[in-house]
Amino acid sequence: MNTRILRLNTTTQDHHIAHMAAVALGLTVLENAIPSPLPGVKPGLANIVTLIVLARYGWRTAAWVSLLRVFAGSLLFGNFLTPGFFLGLSGAVCSLAILAVAQHLPNRWFGPVSHSIYAAFAHIGGQMLVVYWWLIPHAGIVYLIPIFAAAALLFGTVNGLIAARFMNHAAAFQEYSVEKNDAHC
Amino acid sequence: MLHSVTLRYIKAGDWLTLSLGSICVLLLTLKLWSGDLADKAIIRSGGKIFREATLSRDQQIEVPGPLGISVIVIRQRKVRIASDPGPRQYCVRQGWLEQAGEIALCLPNQVSVELVGNTKRYDSLNY
Repeated sequence: MNTRILRLNTTTQDHHIAHMAAVALGLTVLENAIPSPLPGVKPGLANIVTLIVLARYGWRTAAWVSLLRVFAGSLLFGNFLTPGFFLGLSGAVCSLAILAVAQHLPNRWFGPVSHSIYAAFAHIGGQMLVVYWWLIPHAGIVYLIPIFAAAALLFGTVNGLIAARFMNHAAAFQEYSVEKNDAHC
Repeated sequence: MLHSVTLRYIKAGDWLTLSLGSICVLLLTLKLWSGDLADKAIIRSGGKIFREATLSRDQQIEVPGPLGISVIVIRQRKVRIASDPGPRQYCVRQGWLEQAGEIALCLPNQVSVELVGNTKRYDSLNY
């Protein structure tokens, strides 16, 4: 019998991306356990990971992590290629598009909170377009837009704060360990 | 504690983003929840209400008048008079109506279509 071993050559960067996508996926699972008053209003916790990856490793890696999370998440929840999947995908693509621009905002004045808010608005915008063009054309969906927008602002800010806080802590920890290592030497 | 966290992590530009976002939400709310959006069309023929049609369903309505049939089309929450037997075709050329309070009149055929929202605003027609 002839056995062939198929080996994918993966780089450490691939592993890294997979690792972070897995963290994002974990947050998605966690978030799905939280009941939501209105379908579509979700905190989007996985975006915290995207924000951190964006700040640390740049837009390309963030795009990989975000899209992998959307695809893997849909497989996990069994809604791959359903309307829900396309809603998530369009939201993610629009967020990434906005982030590609927003990441160039001067670092001195704009932090993860801004990135998060812009991405959240883009996310809801992309979803609305899919809803309007494809799912429920010309329905009374416009009445819900203010609620979605308010949720985007709120959760965008909160996610941005969490990301900023996390990065600050990580940076402080790194400094601390560097100092400690120096002390040891 | 929450206060110190927000102050530490929100930079000057972030406040700008936050205010822009709030203004956006506010404007959207005012625009979409003010009742200005029309939600039904009142179709009159010969001064009497012929039909009240909701805008959420696309449809075509044929309204008989003294000259013949006027065709009213509802599509994507907008209304227009698609055809009318009148000589000057003013109401047809008026095109799509979408705001509450807008009205198209086909005088010769005595047909009119008016959009109404949740609240009736005053204008020169119903004042």
